[in-house]
Amino acid sequence: MFISWWSQVEMGPPDAILGVTEAFKKDTNPKKINLGVGAYRDDNGKPFVLPSVLKAEEQMRAKKLDHEYGPIGGTAEFCKHSITLALGDSNEHVANGLNSTVQGISGTGALRIGGAFLQKFFPGNKTVYLPTPSWGNHTPIFKHSGLDVKQYRYYDPKTCGFDFQGALQDIAKIPEKSVILLHACAHNPTGVDPKPEQWAEISKVIKDKQLFPFFDMAYQGFASGDVSKDAAAVRLFLKDGHQIALAQSFAKNMGLYGERAGAFSLITSSKDDADRTLSQLKIIIRPMYSNPPVHGARIVSEILGDANLKSIWLKDVKEMAERIISMRTMLRDNLAKEGSSRNWQHITDQIGMFCFTGMNPAQVEQLTSKYSVYLTKDGRISIAGVTSQNVGYLAHAMHQVTK
Amino acid sequence: MTSRFSEVTTGPPIEVFALNKAFLDDTNPNKVNLGVGAYRTDDCKPWVLPVVRKTEQAMANNEALNHEYLPVLGLDPFSTAATRMLLGKDNKAIAEGRAFGIQTLSGTGSLRMAAEFLGRILKYKTFYYSVPTWENHHLIFVSAGFTEPKTYRYWKAETRGLDLDGMLEDLRNAPENSVIILHSCAHNPTGVDPTPDQWKQIADVVQEKKLFPLFDCAYQGFASGDLEKDAFAIRYFVERGFELVGCQSFAKNFGLYNERAGNLTVVVNETKVVAPSKSQLTLLVRGMYSNPPNHGASVVSTVLNTPELYEEWKGCIKTMADRIISMRQGLRERLEKLGTPGTWEHITNQIGMFSYTGLNQKHVETLVNEYHIYLLKSGRINMCGLTSKNIDYVANAIFETVSKVGLDSSL
Repeated sequence: MFISWWSQVEMGPPDAILGVTEAFKKDTNPKKINLGVGAYRDDNGKPFVLPSVLKAEEQMRAKKLDHEYGPIGGTAEFCKHSITLALGDSNEHVANGLNSTVQGISGTGALRIGGAFLQKFFPGNKTVYLPTPSWGNHTPIFKHSGLDVKQYRYYDPKTCGFDFQGALQDIAKIPEKSVILLHACAHNPTGVDPKPEQWAEISKVIKDKQLFPFFDMAYQGFASGDVSKDAAAVRLFLKDGHQIALAQSFAKNMGLYGERAGAFSLITSSKDDADRTLSQLKIIIRPMYSNPPVHGARIVSEILGDANLKSIWLKDVKEMAERIISMRTMLRDNLAKEGSSRNWQHITDQIGMFCFTGMNPAQVEQLTSKYSVYLTKDGRISIAGVTSQNVGYLAHAMHQVTK
Repeated sequence: MTSRFSEVTTGPPIEVFALNKAFLDDTNPNKVNLGVGAYRTDDCKPWVLPVVRKTEQAMANNEALNHEYLPVLGLDPFSTAATRMLLGKDNKAIAEGRAFGIQTLSGTGSLRMAAEFLGRILKYKTFYYSVPTWENHHLIFVSAGFTEPKTYRYWKAETRGLDLDGMLEDLRNAPENSVIILHSCAHNPTGVDPTPDQWKQIADVVQEKKLFPLFDCAYQGFASGDLEKDAFAIRYFVERGFELVGCQSFAKNFGLYNERAGNLTVVVNETKVVAPSKSQLTLLVRGMYSNPPNHGASVVSTVLNTPELYEEWKGCIKTMADRIISMRQGLRERLEKLGTPGTWEHITNQIGMFSYTGLNQKHVETLVNEYHIYLLKSGRINMCGLTSKNIDYVANAIFETVSKVGLDSSL
């Protein structure tokens, strides 16, 4: 007897990161710490709405804007501000109209638009090479886009640092004209970024192999506190003559997580290329969601388009980055104070929201069950969850499970 | 320097947006925009609903609110209220835990999520859409992996009404498991809706041939002014025991076009399939955009879940629906009074924002080029573009155009 169309639907695997948060919520230990999901928290462990964002929203309200349909690719204003932030004021690419830029549903949406575009139009090898490890969602995004996904060496668990030689070797072996995904700064999940001179060599190998660089920049400003510094790799590649794809997110650096403001860009070789590819990007967007949500993008435009607000924002993002950096220092210092003989240098060598601690699954399990410290099995902690009040307890717990 | 993308050709422009641009660029003082589908006041201005403005202000003043990530499936109070609004608060499926909603990127996003789920998880390959239908339906389903696009007859030019016989015949020939895209109310672009008895006949065929009903619900409340009335069709199907989905948009009925607030309502026969289905939808969302935008859904949720605001909102939809109905009456009266060749009762028989006027491409070209009245090549007009100030001009223009160009079989 026919009962349901849906009876063959299998339960999908649970989301690892969300699972951590759910378990954290259920825990009644007053000392519990959530080092799982990646959203910034202030020193009281609370969500942080940036002062520049609050001010921008106030200014926007005075304008009494309507809610009419916007353009498929987002407003021209938003797109211009986004790509200009990435490439720098008065960069020649934007000045010459070489970019085709569209708003995406934050970083994920930007990556998906890029993936769909490459699947349809990329004339080379439709395979994306991801660093090992990468953000867990990269693989499904590109696979759902219809692309193949492969890896190149990146993180060295022995040093908790960058496997530079391994990366170069693997990149040199990638079939010509494939797509290579690069984290522009604050690599997620390891926090391990190449040094400038290493980026220069990577750029060269990529050029020699005619690979197509696809940059994921989710943390511009949030990593070092300096938007130009954090975009250095992207800008270097353009200077070296690469034509690139770029996904940007304003989730972290403007704290606009749930408003889904991001951008996807192609930096092409001609205005004509830019115009044609832009028309095709719109055709990809239309059957996905017609046009993007405007609220977050308006806030971004308001901030980046207003000199005063922009300078406040630059301070806000610096403040967030500096708190993270100071927590890294405090954690490392406290571990030393606990008497740990392990090398914890990587905690301060790494950058951005996340830190690959080097703890193994068994140690992670102990941290959670004995000390109510919640993190993902791979030993990744979100430094945003560390505060001056809990860093002592955290160091103590980490020392206990690793000594 | 040569480019990897040199072979990429320019994509065809999308008619409705190109039309809108042409209208904006036109400097003629008499110009009228009967193209893109958004509500306009009698002053031809966009309308931010007072209840929306009020709610946004309250949200701004609420320091407890922030911009944190929503869950992957969106704001739960929003979805619960949206599903309840669609199916009715006393709906059996809801009471039995067999109906759920997930927040989506407005109506388009809801259709796409439904298509992704039905196509990739249930592996359905065939979908049917009405002739004509909203121009994005085809691309949405094809993009989601459906390989067999098919049509069912719908618009009957001779009567400017529903071709029920044609529709039922085409559905009877549909293979099992075909997804049938049905317009819940205020059919876009024709404005022609089946009557309750016709819906019954459609349901009979869908049941007999084991087809999957997918309702595009973009205009609940906006068609008749009454939320319950506009939900008749989908509620009838649920009542009859169908498993189905409803793809809801809050763009028109809340005037929240650019905030992309939508809901995908899913009705199943067994509660045990709810959790696996949600988990699969979670994966699809995660791979496309991770989680939906907060602002629009928060506004809708606040209004739907606050009794006084809900009542105020119902008043707003009635205002919009009533204005449209009065423009329909006004246009028909004037066309008939002028002695415009052809018959014009379809203007008031049809419902919702759009009307398939029956004007052909030649008529449309003339209206656009000579009268600066912008409408789609199909003859579709947006009633909201008519106002007490321009309705005489438009009626006269249609009269003169049809008289000059002549009738064809569709008029």
